[in-house]
Amino acid sequence: MAKGERKAGAVPPSGGGTDAPAGGFVQLLTPDGEHLGSVTTADGTTYSVDFTDEEYRGLYRDLVTVRRLDAEATALQRQGELGLWASLLGQEAAQVGSGRALRPQDMAFPTYREHGVLYCRGIDPIMPFGLFRGVDQGGWDANEHKFNSYTIVIGSQTLHATGYAMGVTMDGKTGSPDGEAVIAYFGDGATSQGEVNESFVWSGVFNAPIVFFCQNNQYAISEPLERQTRIPLYNRAAGYGFPGIRIDGNDVLASYAVTRAALDNARNGQGPTLIEAYTYRMGAHTSSDDPTRYRIASEVESWKAKDPIARVKAFLTKQKLAGDDFFAEVDEGAKQLALSLRERVLAMPDPQPVTMFDHVYPNGSPELDEQRQAFTEYHASFEGSGH
Amino acid sequence: MAEKITLGKALNHGLRRALENDPKVVIMGEDVGKLGGVFRITDGLQKDFGEDRVIDTPLAEAGIVGTAVGLAIRGYRPVCEIQFDGFVFPAYNQIVAQVAKMFYRSKGKVRVPMVIRIPFGGGIGAVEHHSESPEAYFAHTPGLKVVTCSNPADAYTMIQQAIASDDPVVFFEPKRRYWEKGDVDLDAPLSGAYPLHAARVARPGSDATLLAYGPMVRVALDAAAAAAEDGRDLEVIDLRTLSPVDFPTIFESVKRTGRAVVVHEAPGNLGMGAELAAKITEECFYSLEAPVLRVTGYDIPYPAARSEEEYLPDLDRLLDAVDRSFGW
Repeated sequence: MAKGERKAGAVPPSGGGTDAPAGGFVQLLTPDGEHLGSVTTADGTTYSVDFTDEEYRGLYRDLVTVRRLDAEATALQRQGELGLWASLLGQEAAQVGSGRALRPQDMAFPTYREHGVLYCRGIDPIMPFGLFRGVDQGGWDANEHKFNSYTIVIGSQTLHATGYAMGVTMDGKTGSPDGEAVIAYFGDGATSQGEVNESFVWSGVFNAPIVFFCQNNQYAISEPLERQTRIPLYNRAAGYGFPGIRIDGNDVLASYAVTRAALDNARNGQGPTLIEAYTYRMGAHTSSDDPTRYRIASEVESWKAKDPIARVKAFLTKQKLAGDDFFAEVDEGAKQLALSLRERVLAMPDPQPVTMFDHVYPNGSPELDEQRQAFTEYHASFEGSGH
Repeated sequence: MAEKITLGKALNHGLRRALENDPKVVIMGEDVGKLGGVFRITDGLQKDFGEDRVIDTPLAEAGIVGTAVGLAIRGYRPVCEIQFDGFVFPAYNQIVAQVAKMFYRSKGKVRVPMVIRIPFGGGIGAVEHHSESPEAYFAHTPGLKVVTCSNPADAYTMIQQAIASDDPVVFFEPKRRYWEKGDVDLDAPLSGAYPLHAARVARPGSDATLLAYGPMVRVALDAAAAAAEDGRDLEVIDLRTLSPVDFPTIFESVKRTGRAVVVHEAPGNLGMGAELAAKITEECFYSLEAPVLRVTGYDIPYPAARSEEEYLPDLDRLLDAVDRSFGW
């Protein structure tokens, strides 16, 4: 093969540890907490991680913290403090593994469930609470944090990521280990969208430095994977001319190792990769739906046995990398962070109504200026009248 | 020094100058490279600026606009070409849900300074989807600026102004005027140009105001010339900007003339004319001698080409409306 060329196609190992789907997936940490060390895929690529003890403990801390923040948000929604919440419960490993695989210069384009990746990007975790409470629509600085706004229309952001990645190439920021790469997050449902397929076409044609990270959590609201595809999603990549690979999405080590390798390939000029993180959404799609209507309890129970956090805890315990004191300290830290977030959310003021006129156009608009003025005068007319 | 060139060539010169002046400007679309676009608006640009500046894309409109959003976030100033008006709808989600809202969503922290060029309107005998006037869909969307030119001089400056603006701009090009010639000063500095978001009095007059934009400005000017022979002195305003509309210029004119007739190719129902009529009525009620009248396309899908002469507002329909205004 010429330099820079890569084989396209399906490359997971045939096995992939326990409970692998047909066709296998890349797994480095089994549900029992057994560390497999390394795994070699059918195309000869070997994936492994080389973490220090402290880094293993750090991953565990991330997972627990992210789950706790998510639980707090779910509770706040139930108490009426958030209008809606899109829970990541069950998907912590996919998000933390891939999020920690990003280098500072890499840019991420999330959907609306990537609270774990947001956390890994160093963004104040209060930010999505504001979005779901309805006091703003996000509002973090995408360029400062290298993490774009949440995108709610399914799949639209994959094109933004692709264009951004084309810009990385045009800026000459690929072709070296210090280059930049881009990651686009989306779900299994999004793979049915035309725009996601267009982003695959564009990325392939322009050899964009991008990793498509599909969290296949098995359901698009109520619709199971069988309503989106007849073939494993990672196999789609072959049709667009770049590699696709399936990982155990509940395995934070596999998520990290494969994403890191794919990002490095992208930054080195080898183009896109599609990663299918095979996982499960343990909760509802959002707090508005009722998953008991469309899936059976035994299925949920079977996925509980593959819990992404329990296996890291089992690994740390078996390897004597951590004990009860550590686990208690992590739980306490996560709890304190959650409680402080709760306090901050409750103290979050409603926005000043007139600010809804802000930031419509960079250069403003005379029509909008008039409406803002009329709005202000109208409200001022009530002052002192007891309204 | 002014040269007499076509509107299409003026756009080409304007795009060339934007590419020269700002290395972050990139043009992208189907066939914009070697072919120079199906209307040759980008003729020669890829040859002179390279395949990274003038990008032939895969054939998918959502992809063109969606990747342009990403490039804009990255710091580029993409200029997207949508080949024909009726082909913009696959990109509609990207334009109204993403392009229009990035700045708002991010509280002003993310800008997407991009231009979406759309050749629009009928009169060239084309097949379905090649003659439509979808401007109201975009003018209705907060966050987008929508403009259209009617003559070569405006085409040259407005396309440069749109590209230089940090606002996302939907730029409608009157395709049946691509071949009409006019004087263009190719050396004039952009800094001294007429403002992008201002209407212009294309012909001063005192008896009634005709409001037109894009391809219909020529029809309005012809109608005014014909009316002059009957002793009526009609003012013609070229709107140029559809969002925001330059209402002060319009109100000043209508308060002076007391009569207004709006003309556009798009269906009348809930179109630009409806908005203009409503605003003029609100602001100029006591100055009006007659209701604001509209001359528009009918509320049907754009018809087959052999019927388009009957569909499109022409000089006679416009003069008939002027007569009705004076008969009030």
